[in-house]
Amino acid sequence: MMKTARLAPRIEHAGVDAWTVRLFDDIAEENMPWILSLVKGCEALFSEALIDIVPSYTTVWIQYNLTKLSSQVSRQMLVSLLQDLRLLDISHAGSIKEIPVWYHSSVGPELERLQDAKGLSLGEVIAFHTENPFRVFALGFAPGFAFMGSLPDALVLPRLSTPRQQVAVGSVAIAERQTAAYPQATPGGWNVIGRTPLRLFDPQREAMSYLQVGDRVQFVSITQQEFKRLGGDDR
Amino acid sequence: MSHPIFRVIQAGPLAQLQDAGRFGVRHLGLTQGGPMDLESWALANQLLDNAWGCAVLEITVGGLILECLEDVDCAMTGADLGATVDKSPIPLWQSLPLKKGQRLAFGSPKQGLRAYLAVKGGFDAPRFLESCASVQREQLGGHKGDGSRLSREDVLFASTLFESASVHKKTQPRAFDQITDLDLIPGAQVHLFSGRSLFQAFNHVWKVDLRADRMGVRLTGNPLQVKLPSLISEGIGLGAVQVPPDGCPIVLLNDRQTIGGYPKLGSLTPLACARLAQVQPGQSVRFRACGQIAASEAYAQFLSRFQ
Repeated sequence: MMKTARLAPRIEHAGVDAWTVRLFDDIAEENMPWILSLVKGCEALFSEALIDIVPSYTTVWIQYNLTKLSSQVSRQMLVSLLQDLRLLDISHAGSIKEIPVWYHSSVGPELERLQDAKGLSLGEVIAFHTENPFRVFALGFAPGFAFMGSLPDALVLPRLSTPRQQVAVGSVAIAERQTAAYPQATPGGWNVIGRTPLRLFDPQREAMSYLQVGDRVQFVSITQQEFKRLGGDDR
Repeated sequence: MSHPIFRVIQAGPLAQLQDAGRFGVRHLGLTQGGPMDLESWALANQLLDNAWGCAVLEITVGGLILECLEDVDCAMTGADLGATVDKSPIPLWQSLPLKKGQRLAFGSPKQGLRAYLAVKGGFDAPRFLESCASVQREQLGGHKGDGSRLSREDVLFASTLFESASVHKKTQPRAFDQITDLDLIPGAQVHLFSGRSLFQAFNHVWKVDLRADRMGVRLTGNPLQVKLPSLISEGIGLGAVQVPPDGCPIVLLNDRQTIGGYPKLGSLTPLACARLAQVQPGQSVRFRACGQIAASEAYAQFLSRFQ
């Protein structure tokens, strides 16, 4: 069970109209319900004066409207919120989102490097990547790009020493203890091991980003035929 | 209704529409966009009695030629890019009428880097998430809605057409200094820098590197020593000054990534970011430490002058 005693939050300056609230020092899945609880609390308390809020691993960055709140008042609001912070029952944080992946060297250029480095068969790589759901720790780098973890030891591989100029849209990749899927074709330095046909970010969709911070994500292995049937591009 | 008011005869390296920016979406990884020089942008709108947030054309470096398709009142602020109307130099920092058929041309930077061209009532453009701020990397905003910069033959639209004003407003021109002082609020990670590096950060002059764009501006000088190469990524705001392992600070600006994990010296104030946006590569800047409360009050006052 989590206890409030674990929290020793710090409120740090982050510019003229922003604070970074540091709740934890280390990355852990159990952090995320607390982080989300603080986000919900800030949204309710700051209400119209809230400009933006970015939860990430161990912190919550919050930007507020200086024409509505002074810096001193906003800090006092955070202090009172933190003094009484409770773990909310956040139903969506418990729900699991699936990401279907075609794990294959033709769409996963680093799959063989991973297998060689770790002495794993393709089946074992898939088993380790789909064994348990991962947690979304942060969104960033690009719209809808979700940093997920934590990978088991068997899949821990450093980033590429030279990033690729272009990583294909939908690429599923790993780096150190984290995994991610690329919502857009961008440059990137992670090890790509497969591809998902899902559209992870769509500005025209109600929920623009398929993944949100705090989500649990289950990767599921699919065949090339299923990948194509779901609209995947295997080129 | 939307009215065509300018046709692009020559696009130049980078001209794009910017309103105040895109907010409420940072948690999805979407960046802010908006004007790099917030002060000049706000003044351009104010000269025409436009509301805060009206879309203005941000012209970086120059090279743009526009043909007027209607009579329109406009105002130009920011960098002196040698602007002319039908080859006659025109004044900055004041509103002025343009006539149908005239050609507005921008040359090259004499002072500063980014000029702002506002039209009465604001430019009209597709809005996404309540903003038409152009972000090329995200393919969002701008005159076409896809983040693209102006290109030849593109047409710009105004929201409404107005009669030309009888009185034209002026404002105090911005001073451009030999060395630009940048107010920096020291952050909670200053302890990660050696004492000597902290001294250097605030007492030596930094040069703006060629690697400077709407995402961020890299500064070169005596490299700073940081005790940790990287931290756990966290949300980063406009003006955050991060220092990667090479010791050269990078000031994160309007099109920055939303999270980052390099140690930070602190944050520039929004008005310091606006000054930095006008400093050309090779020119010098200096950090000036300031207190957070005073800087917040100063920025609140700035906003209340315009909103």
